Amino acid sequence: MSDPDLDLLPEFHTSVQRFDKGSRIPGWDRAADLDKDPAEVPDPADTEVPAELRAVIEAEMARFPDIHSAAIPALFAVQRRDGWCTPEGIRQAACVMGVTPAYLTSVATFYDMLNTEPCGPRQVYVCTNISCSLCGADELLGLLQEELQGNEEVNLRGFECLGACDIAPMVSVDGVYVGPVPFDEVPELARQIVAGEDPLPGRQLVKRPSADPKVSGSQATNPEGSDA
Amino acid sequence: MTDLLLFKGIDEPGLNTIDVYKRTGGYESLKKAFAMPHAELIEQLTDSGLRGRGGAGFSMGKKASFIPQGDMQKYVVCNADESEPGTFKDRELIQKNPHQLIEGVIIASYAVGATISFIYIRGEYDQQADILDVALAEAREKGYLGEDILGSGFSLDLQLYRGAGAYICGEETGLLDSLEGKRGNPRLKPPFPAVEGLYGGPTLINNVETLSTVPHIIEMGAREYAAIGVQDSTGTKLVSVSGNVKRPGNYEIELGISSREIIFDLAGGPPDGREVKCWFPGGSSSPVLTADDLDISYDFDSLADAGSMLGSGAIIVVDDSNSVVDVAWKLAHFYSHESCGKCTPCREGTKWTLTMVGRIKDGTATPMDLDIMASVQDQIIGHCLCVLGDAMAMPVGSLIAKFRDEFEAEIEAARERRERALTGGVLA
Ligand SMILES: Cc1cc2nc3c(=O)[nH]c(=O)nc-3n(C[C@H](O)[C@H](O)[C@H](O)COP(=O)(O)O)c2cc1C
Ligand code: SF4
Ligand code: FES
Repeated sequence: MSDPDLDLLPEFHTSVQRFDKGSRIPGWDRAADLDKDPAEVPDPADTEVPAELRAVIEAEMARFPDIHSAAIPALFAVQRRDGWCTPEGIRQAACVMGVTPAYLTSVATFYDMLNTEPCGPRQVYVCTNISCSLCGADELLGLLQEELQGNEEVNLRGFECLGACDIAPMVSVDGVYVGPVPFDEVPELARQIVAGEDPLPGRQLVKRPSADPKVSGSQATNPEGSDA
Repeated sequence: MTDLLLFKGIDEPGLNTIDVYKRTGGYESLKKAFAMPHAELIEQLTDSGLRGRGGAGFSMGKKASFIPQGDMQKYVVCNADESEPGTFKDRELIQKNPHQLIEGVIIASYAVGATISFIYIRGEYDQQADILDVALAEAREKGYLGEDILGSGFSLDLQLYRGAGAYICGEETGLLDSLEGKRGNPRLKPPFPAVEGLYGGPTLINNVETLSTVPHIIEMGAREYAAIGVQDSTGTKLVSVSGNVKRPGNYEIELGISSREIIFDLAGGPPDGREVKCWFPGGSSSPVLTADDLDISYDFDSLADAGSMLGSGAIIVVDDSNSVVDVAWKLAHFYSHESCGKCTPCREGTKWTLTMVGRIKDGTATPMDLDIMASVQDQIIGHCLCVLGDAMAMPVGSLIAKFRDEFEAEIEAARERRERALTGGVLA
């Protein structure tokens, strides 16, 4: 607050934190750091990329008219290997794709399924959007959090609608959807997650028959339904 | 009720394999389509009256007719992002009958002359994407994809693309940016994707359900399809019913039946002893309706006349045991989390709405805040690049308008709760 101009400002203005020249943004007038290396495509000569990762990314690049489309698949490949999008993995992917790591990082930070901070490799999502929360999803998330507390392998988080509101409240365990999850089955589910077992086999979405009574073999061939 | 179209035999074991699909008449429409000139195909789609099932309800045939002719590379992109809260119909279609969708994409690509097409599926649908991957490989192997399909001279490369978790990638131009390997920020329109879309080429974008309907229209003919449903809302529609109902799930209905029939007869209505407080007729982005509106015909125009919309066809039922303030908070939380941040009214408006609903819940709001919240919604609507901001403003605005008493009561109740807590119960 060394700027003399500031003294001329009315009192109430100074109650907001100000930086040089009265700006609210720190460092706004600082010159760009000219000593810093410009963003560069990693040099293949000094970037070691494991053959498997390279093969996966190159196959993805070949699938599209423009190689940039391989950005998300490449980041998923890194995440599968490292558990999250590590700077090292991003650098390797950028080297294969011939783009800057900054570009891939900008993509990774946009998407909820790509983790740019260290986390456990097991991805467990509990949907806490409207339909699920009407069916107890917030309590479910709380219970599961208690059960899995301190487990560093599991990245458990509340998630937006996962497109399975018919089995609310529901959980996605590494992409396997289960629900509706009764609260008293939470310890069992947590145990299965930790042990890497098939989660709640009787409650998996893919095994569920249609709800529509007009579909033969549906859950409710009788429109009154047995649960009514 | 007309027969099932999209859900016909949907639980038949093995329908996801090409052999069973063909046994039930699959890929016959494709042969029929190849025998038609492109213009006639598009005319069939237009005459069927099929309106987009992804949210906006635009005529599919008309959209296809906007794709320019000529030699430039064209694309068809199937929108399988399905992230609108309450919607889960595309998931069941993909999982149980992936070839129906693939056949629809091939016919649409042939109609507009696209030789490279994509299905963009949300990354969370991992199991469904795996099923689709297998189905695509089968279709390639049996000559339904690739070079010179069934000797027609038409070639198509159809690729699956997995998203990585972002609601905004369901918006068509956000989807295109994501598919091009960027952050999924929507684009300024015009140019519309039909003129300048994926990689700069003309692009037809349609929803999974829209494209899965295409083989049925070709099979039965536009006129017969248009006879199902009501004026300007033809055909059948998958509705996803969820929330406080006894039998949540996807139901295939003829457009124009009463909403009560869907919510009560099909989905079983709210749990015993409970009543419908409000319901979203077309996903969480649609303005809410109340118990007084249950007899409205479930079709595009009737719902629009009632001040809401059919949207994605996702009905969310909220019963009287719930607080509308909590519903508003969930809405605001979702949209502020999913705003891509490109437009100030959307980025700031969703965040401030969330903050203000939060104040109601923690007892620091005053009734005047309701007017401020309503004005924030007014300032979002129509002022952004895409309609994500509107998609929060409309339902939140409708909740405040229709349940103002309850909001005011909650402001007061929460304020008292807070004071009691602060004074250690002295006030109580
Ligand atoms: C914020 C936002 C999210 C959307 N999400 C989806 C979606 O998940 N799936 C979808 O099919 N359409 C979605 N849409 C609509 C698409 O932009 C587009 O209108 C639709 O895919 C066109 O297909 P249709 O004409 O077959 O409905 C969304 C639109 C907006 C503004
Ligand atoms: S309205 Fe919101 S989501 Fe849409 S482009 Fe603008 S900021 Fe992004
Ligand atoms: S609200 Fe939970 S899956 Fe849709």
